[in-house]
Amino acid sequence: MRTSSPKPNSAPRQRATGRRSPLATVALIAIGLVATGGAYALASTTATATNPAIVHQASADEGKKLFAANCANCHGLDAAGTDEGPSLHGVGAASADFQLGTGRMPLAMQGPQGEKKTPQFTAEQIADLVAYVASLAPGPALPEDRYLQADGSASKGAELYRINCAMCHNVAGAGGALTQGKFAPALAGVEARHIYEAMVTGPQNMPVFSDLNITPQQKADIITYLKFIENNPSVGGADLGSLGPVSEGLFIWIFGLGAIVAMTVWIAARPN
Amino acid sequence: MTAAGTTTAATTATPTSTDAPPTAGSRFTGAVANYIDERTSISGLVKELGRKIFPDHWSFMLGEVAIYSFIAILLSGTFLTLFFDPSMVEVHYEGSYDPLKGIEMSAAYASALDITFDIRGGLLMRQVHHWAALLFVASIGLHMLRVFFTGAFRKPRELNWVIGFVLFVLAMAEGFTGYSLPDDLLSGNGLRIIDGMVKGIPVIGTWTSWLLFGGEFPGTVIVGRLYVLHIMLLPAILIAALGVHLLLMVINKHTQFAGPGRTNSNVVGVPVMPVFAAKAGGFFFIVFGTIVLIASTVTINPIWNYGPYDPSPVSAGTQPDWYIGFADGALRLVPPGWEFVLFDHTWTISVLAPMAVLGGFLVLVMFYPFIEAWITGDKREHHIADRPRNAPTRTAIGAAGVTFYAVLWAAASSDIIATHFKLTIEGVTYALQALLIFGTLAAYLITKRVCLALQAKDREIVLHGVESGRIVRMPGGEYIEVHEKLDEYDRWRLVDFEDYKPLMIRPNAKGKITVGQRVRAVFSRWFFEDRISPVTKGELESGEHH
Ligand code: HEC
Ligand code: HEC
Repeated sequence: MRTSSPKPNSAPRQRATGRRSPLATVALIAIGLVATGGAYALASTTATATNPAIVHQASADEGKKLFAANCANCHGLDAAGTDEGPSLHGVGAASADFQLGTGRMPLAMQGPQGEKKTPQFTAEQIADLVAYVASLAPGPALPEDRYLQADGSASKGAELYRINCAMCHNVAGAGGALTQGKFAPALAGVEARHIYEAMVTGPQNMPVFSDLNITPQQKADIITYLKFIENNPSVGGADLGSLGPVSEGLFIWIFGLGAIVAMTVWIAARPN
Repeated sequence: MTAAGTTTAATTATPTSTDAPPTAGSRFTGAVANYIDERTSISGLVKELGRKIFPDHWSFMLGEVAIYSFIAILLSGTFLTLFFDPSMVEVHYEGSYDPLKGIEMSAAYASALDITFDIRGGLLMRQVHHWAALLFVASIGLHMLRVFFTGAFRKPRELNWVIGFVLFVLAMAEGFTGYSLPDDLLSGNGLRIIDGMVKGIPVIGTWTSWLLFGGEFPGTVIVGRLYVLHIMLLPAILIAALGVHLLLMVINKHTQFAGPGRTNSNVVGVPVMPVFAAKAGGFFFIVFGTIVLIASTVTINPIWNYGPYDPSPVSAGTQPDWYIGFADGALRLVPPGWEFVLFDHTWTISVLAPMAVLGGFLVLVMFYPFIEAWITGDKREHHIADRPRNAPTRTAIGAAGVTFYAVLWAAASSDIIATHFKLTIEGVTYALQALLIFGTLAAYLITKRVCLALQAKDREIVLHGVESGRIVRMPGGEYIEVHEKLDEYDRWRLVDFEDYKPLMIRPNAKGKITVGQRVRAVFSRWFFEDRISPVTKGELESGEHH
């Protein structure tokens, strides 16, 4: 039947030459693991190293100078507030660290709400500014490290998150719209301490979640959950931005039905 | 396979002198076919079906896509019923998804999670089922648009349009009951909206809601009730209606686009057996394969993110599946404050009004064939599909309907539009409110003009040919562009359509002009006032000479 037979079966290709011993593979994997593990350890120590409280003896005096140069035009020389910015007395170290660490301050208001950007200051400068703001009046302190390890109960955290945060930030932390063009940002990639600080200080349109409302341990649980969904991609495949049925609907119309219609055109164009 | 075997056997059963003795295999199929035929007389039906002709145009395959995705739904759905527990008994989740461990939830949600995380192939089946459902409704929608814009709903197919519409509604109902089953936060939010709509009905609303939910929302029975609808009642009705739909399609035959040799009394295409059946079989696997490919690579309805239903939380970005979106959008577009106080009660129409509008829209879609037939007064059978431009008013109505639906649909995602395009949600809402009215009107007017312009262009081409781009200098120094005449085949496509004129008001048998007549004349004028008639034979002939 076959008129043009395919290329005659060539003999099984020679693989003997240069074949690696199975041990080599094991060794390679081991080296790889050690290397990545080492790099990870290095990365995580550098990450803690950037934690200003540890390496740098923060100085409120240095902070005061920085403040006068960068912030006073809005917040006032003594940080008591002007028409351009609120008083910072009593907002606490947590608020300053959040605002500066996420790059929100100094404010560059373009839309309806100040947005995060790359931080404008080095870790040391931030620590100085934080020390200065904290020295003005008592307020929420920086979170303790033990609450930031993402090792609490993910299921308790998930439940608290659904009740307290999901209405603004979406169940999967994809963010959501508020009125007048304001919005709750997506939460993937936000550092644990900034999550904690956001809860205690309630930036802009976010409510404050005091320790009476959500205890520090519960905050740690929420962080655990947020880190869980950040580090465990959807088991179902691509998540389409976790936007729910809207992105699913668009996908099926554009890619699903689109592909199938293309196929019908192709089939109908074939001569019978 | 067996079907194909049977046909050949049945159709060759007429005594023909076969030279070679039949092989054991063909003798066996022959005997089986005979056995079945003698008891069921099915050969007539198979012969009839086998000779059904399918026109060769891609848009005629959209209905098939719907059927094939329905088969995917049935298969995957059967798998899911083996493991799903439609009960709202409270249990503690002990499966393998960490962020829900130990959480109290309904048995329904727990079993849906088990299907997802602990039953082999379960997640794939869930995703196949859900993606296929989205595709099912989408392909029905597109199929309906094809039928609408080509006028394939006209006599004798009006009833089949209505049945098809019923299928569409059933498909939406299947979808809604389906995504309400897992009893996660999203599905509960959807039910809450239904509950709100029911309660929005004056006087009987609250009682009806209690009846539906077996007490105060959410109650403990709704999942079981939806399950009965979802896996028994609705599919049974759907399959029955689908059967009638297909039967009528065979009886009425397909429409076809105009062309040489295609008339109102034939269908040009390929017969079902064997070519079309082979193509269709292959196409089934293409559709099925596409669904499985999507289902194995793209998440749909990640119920594990939503958590168990609890009436207090609502997530940002809560939306229904796409096919219910237009209803959600209608609710979102109602301006605030649509309520009044009467007899010491506050009456709100902010739910009733959009429901009435949607209901009206759907009723118009369902009865459109009868409405158009009444206006045109056309009682003839139509088997030639209209090119949309040749029915400008209908096409414009369709475009307006599509716009209306699309705006409502977009409104269901107003919040996501706002965040993703950096707009205010109020701005998006106002814009969509305006679009709903003016966009619909504009779509009507623009489409009608475009259709008429295209018709005029067709006419021009038929009469004067196509511009060839060849400029010739005449002996007198004058330049002209040479127009090339169309060949007859191309011309056929352009001239073979029907011409309607506005109805004349005529007195009836009693010599009276009824109100109905007058209304009809008004509508008819609206339909056919602006029109461009097809080129007639006479015009063509006189055209040949100049
Ligand atoms: C362009 C004016 C402007 C500048 C410059 C500016 N801020 Fe602000 N800042 C604001 C406004 C307005 C708010 C209140 C809105 C908000 O929270 O974003 C604010 C809020 C804050 C808050 C949060 C207060 C609270 O209630 O928790 C902190 C902390 C803060 N600023 C610190 C700083 C620091 C430190 C600098 C200097 C690096 C700075 N800001 C520079 C305008 C400014
Ligand atoms: C009323 C709506 C609302 C609620 C409820 C809410 N947030 Fe927010 N959240 C916001 C808004 C608005 C912002 C942006 C604030 C800004 O940019 O200054 C925000 C910002 C944040 C940020 C900073 C994100 C970033 O990109 O730096 C984190 C982290 C956060 N929220 C966590 C939470 C958590 C955890 C909860 C629940 C305990 C919560 N939010 C509840 C509205 C909300």
